[in-house]
Amino acid sequence: MAGINLRGVVKAYGKTQVIHGVDCTIADGEFLVIVGPSGCGKSTLLRMIAGLEIITDGEISIGDRVVNDLEPAERDIAMVFQNYALYPHMTVYNNMAYGLKIRGLAKADIDTRVRKAAEILALDDDLLRRTPRQLSGGQRQRVAMGRAIVRQPSAFLFDEPLSNLDAKLRVQMRLEIKKLQQNLGITSVYVTHDQVEAMTLGHRLMVLNGGVVEQIGAPIELYEHPATLFVAGFIGSPAMNLLPARIGDGGDRVELSGGDSLALPPGRFAAHAGQTVTAGLRPEHFEIVTDDQSVARLAVDVVEQLGADTLVHGHFGNDRGSLTVRLNGTQNLQARQVLPMSVRPELIHLFDADSGRRLES
Amino acid sequence: MVENRPWLTVATHVVLVIGVLIVAFPIYVTFVASTHSLFDLVRIPMPVLPGSHMVENYLQAISAGLGEASGTAAVGAGRMMFNSLVMALGIAGGKIAISIIAAFAIVYFRFRFRMVAFWMIFITLMLPVEVRILPTYKVVADLGMLDTYGGLIIPLIASATATFMFRQVFMAVPDELAEAARIDGAGPLRFFWDVLLPLSRTNIAALFVILFIYGWNQYLWPLLITTDPEMVTIVISINRMLSVGDDQAEWQIAMATTMLAMLPPVLVVVFMQRLFVKGLVETEK
Repeated sequence: MAGINLRGVVKAYGKTQVIHGVDCTIADGEFLVIVGPSGCGKSTLLRMIAGLEIITDGEISIGDRVVNDLEPAERDIAMVFQNYALYPHMTVYNNMAYGLKIRGLAKADIDTRVRKAAEILALDDDLLRRTPRQLSGGQRQRVAMGRAIVRQPSAFLFDEPLSNLDAKLRVQMRLEIKKLQQNLGITSVYVTHDQVEAMTLGHRLMVLNGGVVEQIGAPIELYEHPATLFVAGFIGSPAMNLLPARIGDGGDRVELSGGDSLALPPGRFAAHAGQTVTAGLRPEHFEIVTDDQSVARLAVDVVEQLGADTLVHGHFGNDRGSLTVRLNGTQNLQARQVLPMSVRPELIHLFDADSGRRLES
Repeated sequence: MVENRPWLTVATHVVLVIGVLIVAFPIYVTFVASTHSLFDLVRIPMPVLPGSHMVENYLQAISAGLGEASGTAAVGAGRMMFNSLVMALGIAGGKIAISIIAAFAIVYFRFRFRMVAFWMIFITLMLPVEVRILPTYKVVADLGMLDTYGGLIIPLIASATATFMFRQVFMAVPDELAEAARIDGAGPLRFFWDVLLPLSRTNIAALFVILFIYGWNQYLWPLLITTDPEMVTIVISINRMLSVGDDQAEWQIAMATTMLAMLPPVLVVVFMQRLFVKGLVETEK
C-alpha cells in the first residue's frame, strides 16, 4: 500500500498541452475522485498514473518510487476500465487469474487469491466458469473489479467504471465500490464526470477543468466553499444560480442586475464595496417568506414535482433573470404564481466577475 | 424479404433449381465419364448413366495414372494429391502466419514508415501473380528451388488481402484490451498469443478455407516450376493427361482424377462450414 504523489504533471500532444501542471498528494488509503466535464483531461491524468500515457513533464510517484519510466505492470497498480476490457475468450476465473499467471505465481496461490476475490464480490462458482459474454453488465463490472483485487496492488485506478450501467445498478455498484475501498483500504483514484458519484464516493475531490485543477478538497468543502465559479456551477444538482451583481457601496448588500438586492453578512465584504461580482445562490438555499421579508419576487414558469422536493424554475427582477429554486416536499404551486423568496446572508457565494475566484471576507 | 405469395415461392425455387442444375450438370457428366471404359465413352452419343467400370478406373487413377503407355511416368493420383495437399496447406498456413504477424505489427506498433509499409502491402494487392511471374521464376530458379515444395509454396505466401483482413479484425478489438493486458504484465508477444490469436480464431478458419482452395487450385505457378513427374500437382496432371497429341486421350482416367481432385476442397468446406460462416459474419469482439 502506498500514497500517490503528483508533482507538476504536464501532458502535451505535440504542441497542444492538455494537462497544465497538476500537483496533488494522495494519502495512503485515500479515495480521490477526479471529476470534470468531458474533455477536461481527467482520463488522461489517470492514464498517466497508470502508465498508459507518457508523462510529458513533472513527476509521478507511487509509494516512494518515481514511476515515470516504469511500465504499467511494474507500477503495482490495477485499473478498472469503462468498458471493463475483460478478455472475451477467457472464463471469468481465467480473466482474474491471467495477470497472476504472467507474474509467475504458483497455481495454488492463484486459486486462493481468485477464490477470495470472488467471495468478496459474491461471484459464485457457476459464474467463474462463464465467459464475459454470458454475464450482465453489473456482473462484468464485478469481474473487472475482481481482476483488480486479485493483484493486491498499492493503488486502484477507476476510469468511469459505472457509466455503462443503468441508473439503478449504478447507485448499487457505487455503494459496493465505496464499501470495498473502505474494507480493503487501498489507495484509489476514480475518474468520473458525474458529480453525484464524485460527491458520494470520494474522501476528496479534484475538480479539473481544461487541464487545470480548479479545487481539491472534501466533497462538503467543495459544496460549501467552492473556490471558483467553475466549481460552484459544477458541484451540486440542480446547479447553483449564478447571477451578475455588484456589491453595494456600503459593502453590506449585493445588488443583483435586476434591481433586487440581498443582505450580506455585516462587515465581511466591506473591502470589496463597489466591485462587480457574480453572486452564487444554491437552489436549495431559497426559502419562501412573507412579502415584507422577501428579497426577490419569483414569477413561476415551470414546476417539477420530484416527490421528495419540488423544483421551481422562474424569473425575477427587472431583467427577468432566470432562477431555479428547490423547495422541500410537495408544494402546491402553479405557473405564473409569484413567490416572495429570500436567502440567508451567510449562504450567499460571491465570485470576482473577471477572475472567477471566490471572494473571501 | 418476408412476402408470402405462393407463386413467388414456386418461381424462386424454379430459378434455384435451374441454377443448381447448371452448376451440377458438368460435375455429373464428369462423374458418369469416370465410370465407363474408354470404348463406351468415346461412342456417340455419350452415355448419361453411370457405367460399371468405376472401381477399376479409380484404382488405376490413384495408383498408376496413365502408366508408361502414354509417355508420362507411372505416377498415380495419390502422389499428386499429396503434392497438392502439401502445397495447399503450405500456402494457406504460410499466408495466415505471415499476414497475421504483419497485421499485428501494423496495428499495434508505432514505428517509422508504418503507413508506408502498410500502403506498400496494400498496393501489391493490385499486382496479380501473372505480372510478377517472370522475375519470381528467375529468383526461384536461381535459388535452386524448382521442383521442390519450397518453390511451390514460398513465392505464393505473401498476401495483401489476408494482411488487410487481419488488420480490420485487430482494429475492431478494443484498445482497452491491449491496455488491460499491459497492466496485467503481458508483453506484446504474450498479448498476441493469449488474446489476439484466440479472438481471431474464426477469422483464421474462414481465411483458411478460402486460401486452401486458392492453393489447391493453383495452376500457372506449379505448371511453370514443376517438371519432375513426382512433384506435379493434381491440377496440372489432369491437363497433362489430355495433352497426348494424336493419341486418344484416356478420358475415363482423367475424369476419375478430376473427381478425386475435387474432393479435398469440398471436404474442407463441409467440415469447416460453421466456422467459415461465423468468421465472415461475426462482428462482436
